[in-house]
Amino acid sequence: MTRNNVLVQRPGPPASLVIRNARLLDPDAGIDTVGDLVIRDGRLGGVANGLPELDGAGLLVVPGFVDPHVHLRTPGREDTEDIASGSRAAAAGGYVAIAAMPNTDPPVDDAQDLAALRDLAAEQAIVGVGFICAITKGQKGTELTEAAELAELGAVALSDDGHPVSNAAVFRRALQYQRLAKLPLTLHEEDVDLSAGGAMHEGAVSARLGVGGIPAVSESVAVARDVALASYEGARIHICHVSARETVEEVRLGKARGVQVTAEVSPHHLLLVDEDCEDLDAATRKMNPPLRGTADREALLSALIEGTLDCIATDHAPHGASEKEQPFEDAPFGVTGLETAFASLYTHLVLPGKLPLEVLVRRMSADAARVLDLPVPTLIEGAPANLAVLDLDARWVVGADEFQSKSRNSAFLGAELAGQVRLTIAGGQVAWQR
Amino acid sequence: MSPRRSLIGIADLSRDDITRLLDLGERFAEVMGRDVKKVPTLRGRTIINLFFESSTRTATSFELAGKRLSADVINVKASGSSVEKGETLKDTVLTLGAYQPDVLVVRHAAAGAVAAAARYTDAAVVNAGDGKHEHPTQALLDLYTMRKAMGRLEGLHVAFVGDVLHSRVARSGAIALQTMGATVSFIAPPTLLPRGSAEGLGVYASHDIADIADADVVYALRMQHERMGSGGFVPSLREYATQYGIGHHRLRPGQRVMHAGPMNRGVEITDQLADDPTALVTAQVEGGMVVRMAVLYDLLSDPRAVRSADVVTEMVAA
Repeated sequence: MTRNNVLVQRPGPPASLVIRNARLLDPDAGIDTVGDLVIRDGRLGGVANGLPELDGAGLLVVPGFVDPHVHLRTPGREDTEDIASGSRAAAAGGYVAIAAMPNTDPPVDDAQDLAALRDLAAEQAIVGVGFICAITKGQKGTELTEAAELAELGAVALSDDGHPVSNAAVFRRALQYQRLAKLPLTLHEEDVDLSAGGAMHEGAVSARLGVGGIPAVSESVAVARDVALASYEGARIHICHVSARETVEEVRLGKARGVQVTAEVSPHHLLLVDEDCEDLDAATRKMNPPLRGTADREALLSALIEGTLDCIATDHAPHGASEKEQPFEDAPFGVTGLETAFASLYTHLVLPGKLPLEVLVRRMSADAARVLDLPVPTLIEGAPANLAVLDLDARWVVGADEFQSKSRNSAFLGAELAGQVRLTIAGGQVAWQR
Repeated sequence: MSPRRSLIGIADLSRDDITRLLDLGERFAEVMGRDVKKVPTLRGRTIINLFFESSTRTATSFELAGKRLSADVINVKASGSSVEKGETLKDTVLTLGAYQPDVLVVRHAAAGAVAAAARYTDAAVVNAGDGKHEHPTQALLDLYTMRKAMGRLEGLHVAFVGDVLHSRVARSGAIALQTMGATVSFIAPPTLLPRGSAEGLGVYASHDIADIADADVVYALRMQHERMGSGGFVPSLREYATQYGIGHHRLRPGQRVMHAGPMNRGVEITDQLADDPTALVTAQVEGGMVVRMAVLYDLLSDPRAVRSADVVTEMVAA
C-alpha cells in the first residue's frame, strides 16, 4: 500500500514547460516513445500552448530516481551534509525522493526527533525526503521504539542501519510489532563479532595487504537468520546494500520460499572490487559492507537483472576530509553516491551491454520506490511531475565542478563518466537544471 | 606530491632493486668493521623518524643507520608529542614537513598509515611497519641475513611459523623472498592463518607443523598479544607452545632459525634454541642497520649511479 504522507519537500512554484522531441522512457508503465512531454502546474499533460520549451532532441526523459538509503548527517554532523545539500546532491543525480537513515547524533528514535526533521525538510529539501526511524531506542538493540506513533507521524521505515540488532529475540519482537506499525524494516546485515577488526573484504587481497578482513559470511549469516525469522513471523524485511554472493543466495532462497524479503545493491558494489583497494585510499575505497571479489560483483549484477535484488540504493555516506584522510584502518566507512549513481552504472554497465537501460531505470525508480511503499514516479499523463532529463552523450569528470554534497568522498572521484542530468523535476517543482 | 622515491611496500622493489640494496648493505657492513664507523655520505641531509607505535630495534636501527651516514637524525615518538594531544597524522606530517626533511621514516599501528603519510610530504617516505600491512626493511634485513648465512636466496625454502595473521614480517618477507626466487610456507594454527594466503601471496599454507621439514630456514613469528584484542585465537600459550613452538626437537641438522624479535621465549621459540649459536637472531639485528643504511643511501642518491657499487666505495673512501 503506497503511503503518500511520508515524503517532505519545500513548497515552491510548480513547474510548467514542454519538453520537445525527447525519448520518453518509463519501462514500468510500458512507455518508450519519442515525442513531447507537457508539464503544466507541476503535473504531466495538458496543453502545450504558451509554455516555455526545452529542446529534447537527443535527450532521454525517465521517471525520477528514488533512493531508499542515504545519510543526511542531520542532526549532528551538518558539517559533512545537511538536508539542503543532501537533497541538492540528490536532485543533481536525477533523484526525486530519498529516504534518510536514522544513525545520526543523536539517532532519530522518537516522535520529537522525527517531527523536528520533517519541519526542517519542509524548509530545506528540494526533493522529497523521507525519514527512517530507529528500530530500537538509541539504536542500542535492546528496547523497541514507539513505532506505531512514528508511523502515524510519517516515518518511512525503521532501521538500526549501521548498528544491526544482534539480539535475535529483540529483532523477533520488532518483526511481531510490524503487524501494528506496518513499517518496512530495512536491515544492514552484519554479524559484528565476525566482522570485528575488519576494514576490507576478507580474501586474497586482504591476506596480501594485511588489512583486517570482513568475511562475506558476516553478512550472509545475519541475512539467513533474519529471513528465517521473517518467515516464521510472516513479516516483511528489506536487506540493505547486499555485497556478497552468499547473501544473494540467501535472498534468492527466501524469495523462492515466499518470504516477504526485498533487497538493494549499491553502485560501488556493482562496479568495484577488493582489488581496487590496493592503494589503501580510505576516502574512495573504504565502506561497509566492503568491496568484495569479482565473483561477488558478477553475482550481484545477475541478481539485479533477474530481480533477486530489487533495486539500486547508493548508501550515500558523506564524511569530512580530515576523517577520511586517516590511515585506511582508522578512517570511517562510507562513500557518497547520489551524484554519480546513474552515470557510473550507465557508463560501466549499460554502455558495454551488460545491463539493459530499461532495467537500470526501473531498478533506480519504480522498484526502489516499491521497497519502501513510496509513490512510484511515472511518465503517465495526469501524474505529478517526478522526472529526470538525461543527456546520455554528455561526458563529465566526477568532482571537476565540485559536488553539490558537502563531502567529496566519492568512489568515482576523478573518473570520466557518460550521462549527465540536465533537469530534475521533483514533486512538480524544478529541483535541478544544468 | 612525491617526486622522490619512497619505500612503502616491498612489492615496489624489483629483483634487481633488492639485489642492489643487499649488495650495498654488504659494502656498509665492511665499513662497520673499521675503527671509525662513520661515513660522510649523507652529510647535510635530514632524516625524521616518526614512530606512532613503540619500537626498540627498528627505531634504534634507523637512528644509528642515519647517524653512521652522517645525516641529521630527529626522532619523534607519539608519546609525549602533539600526537598525544589529538593531532592528526596529516597535521603531524605537514608540521614536520616544514623542516624539509629528505626522508621521513614512519611506523604506525594502522595499515595504510604510511601510504596516507606519503600523500602529505615531498620527502621520501620509508615504511618502518604499518599495522599488519608491511615492514619492507625487515624483509630486506631478513633476506640479507639469509643470503649471508645460506649463500643464496634462489631456490631457498623459508617457513614462517606461528601468528601469521598479525604479522607484517611474514607478509613482507613472503613477497620479497618470492621476488628473489625462494619458496615460502606459512605454517600456523588454523585460527592464525589468514584466509586467502595461498591465493593472495602465492605461499604454501598449512596448519601442520610437520611441514617445516622441507624448509631451509624456519622463521618463528612472535605471538602478538597486543594485536589480538579480546583474544581467543589459541586456547592457551601453553598449548600453542606444545603444538607450534620451535625448538631443537623439531629441527633437522642444517635448518636455520630466525626471529624478528622481541622473542617470547618458551612460546614460539624455546630458550635453548634462542641462545643456540646457529640461530640467526643476532645476525638479523646486525643486518638491520646496514640494510637500513643501504635504503637511506639509495633513496637519497641518483638511482642510476648507485647501480655501480663503485660509487659507494668512492664515497666511503672519501
